[in-house]
Amino acid sequence: MADAVAKPPRVTRRRTSRTSRMSGTKGKGSARRLPYLLIAPAGLLMLGFIAYPMLSVLYYSLQNYNVTKPWRNGYAGLDNFTKIFTDDPQFWDTLAFSGKWVVTEVLLQLVLGLALALLINQTFIGRGIARALVFSPWAVSGVLTTTIWMLLYNPSTGISRYLADAGIGSYGTSVLSDTGTVFWAAVLAELWRGVPFFAILILADLQSIPKDLYEAASVDGAGRMRQFFHITLPHLKDAIILSTLLRGVWEFNNVDLLYTLTGGGPAGQTTTLPLYVANTGIDGHDFGYASALTTVAFVILLFCSILYLRLSKFGGDNK
Amino acid sequence: MTTALAEKGLAPAPATAPDADKGKKRGRGIDQGVPRWQIYLPLALYLLFTLIPFYWMLLFALRPAGSTSLVPWPMTGEHFAKVWNERSFGIFFQNSMIVGVSSLVMTTAVALAGGYALARFDFKIKKGFMLALLASQFIPGALMLVPLFEIFKNLQMINSLGSVVIAETVFQLPLSMILISGFIKNVPVSLEEQAWVDGCGRFRAFCAVVLPLLRPGLIAVGSFAFVHSWNHFLFALMFLSSQDKQTIPVGLNTLIGADSVDLGALAAGGVIAAVPVVIVFAFIQKWLITGFSAGAVKG
Repeated sequence: MADAVAKPPRVTRRRTSRTSRMSGTKGKGSARRLPYLLIAPAGLLMLGFIAYPMLSVLYYSLQNYNVTKPWRNGYAGLDNFTKIFTDDPQFWDTLAFSGKWVVTEVLLQLVLGLALALLINQTFIGRGIARALVFSPWAVSGVLTTTIWMLLYNPSTGISRYLADAGIGSYGTSVLSDTGTVFWAAVLAELWRGVPFFAILILADLQSIPKDLYEAASVDGAGRMRQFFHITLPHLKDAIILSTLLRGVWEFNNVDLLYTLTGGGPAGQTTTLPLYVANTGIDGHDFGYASALTTVAFVILLFCSILYLRLSKFGGDNK
Repeated sequence: MTTALAEKGLAPAPATAPDADKGKKRGRGIDQGVPRWQIYLPLALYLLFTLIPFYWMLLFALRPAGSTSLVPWPMTGEHFAKVWNERSFGIFFQNSMIVGVSSLVMTTAVALAGGYALARFDFKIKKGFMLALLASQFIPGALMLVPLFEIFKNLQMINSLGSVVIAETVFQLPLSMILISGFIKNVPVSLEEQAWVDGCGRFRAFCAVVLPLLRPGLIAVGSFAFVHSWNHFLFALMFLSSQDKQTIPVGLNTLIGADSVDLGALAAGGVIAAVPVVIVFAFIQKWLITGFSAGAVKG
């Protein structure tokens, strides 16, 4: 299944395929058990710490479960879900913000990452060191990103002070507490560490494009623009779809940066859905409702991902 | 459809590893017509965007408190001393190291076993297992905090570094396993069979023949596990309550959240958080583009 190559029908595969031939040489019983033994540690860990928590989230989503209001605890049916869709403006607000955040980040990261990959795929003096430097924020965590950008954004000794010294802007500008600038301030910080991810993935794929294609195109008189749109971009299509999808899921789920940089504020302006869930479940102790929100978030995410893969015709043969 | 993900995107990525050098050579010749300034100008601008934030952190960490100089001179170690001793970053550093190295070892070992099974055997639940690995990528770790907290509470592991190690390992496993199985598939089965003919058992053959060839892949997966758990913050924040058990990201978060932020100490803390990651990054840089590309997926 994991082999991209089409396989012969099952019966013949049993006899001829390499993998089964391998297990054939060792005693039959132990060879049949071996793969299960090998995946057992991973399987058990994932059952215990991913599958079980998932199921308990599903279970609690149908319950009233709030440590601070134990007298109300008990089966709630679909009450939590009804409340989410009919009586919770914050759900819609945070969902809308999550959408805006994910689309903005993924789009900008993709465009900049693609440009950076194309740039750095050229041959020039100092390429090795340039690569290492531009990729370096990739390894930086959300909290460290916050640390760094707090130093840049702080109103008294941050960049704005020196810009004001030079006559640009005014002293005491605090981009993180101004509702007009906080979104783009957070977007910029996340871009800083997010672009290398796309650049790395796209660069890896760029290097697998056969050079002859470009030579043939040059002979036919195609300019660099046409080569990009007719050779490079189609070749990168699947890598772009996959990386944008995974990054989208990641940007949706990841709360490190926004949690520490803005704390969802000012005035709830930058609260994503997962941040709202965390606030509800952890600070609000309303675990039943937070579980229902989690379930809804998971379904939305899965649905959007499948839709995205369908619409973008991932894996379609147009290379 | 989800399986197509593995086939199209994740599995073949490691397969490009051996072509890396060829790829570089191929890359040449495309760009003969590009004027130099069209490379260096945008690159310089982007480098400024990348490096100024790093420089800003170093500047704050090294210049004396109250200074507004744009060069860190005269240099001082006061912020480092303060953060390391008074703000317990010495202890945090040690805890983060324990978590990082343990997650590295656990993730690599468990993923190696599972990856070998996925690469070399056909078994009944393989398809379902792969699907579960991929589906797990859609689960937000942040939303699992409360149920995980309850599990660790029942296991009496709250406030022990073990809980964080397990949580980091579990969320790191699926992708690591897919990556490693890709690397193992790149090692021809015939090499292993040869060793069996020579009288080695499966395990000895694996250690003698396959393992040495997996080195780059294992380094990539291991480094990634280390960097990820070194960086990750929510699990440590939730599961570790006492000060002497906390990790560096939690310590940074405390500094960020303080009523009057001590910027010098914060910057020094940031530098301490960055150093191990930068060292690991410099070390794995050359694998990043080739075998590692699919691993970067998780961020």
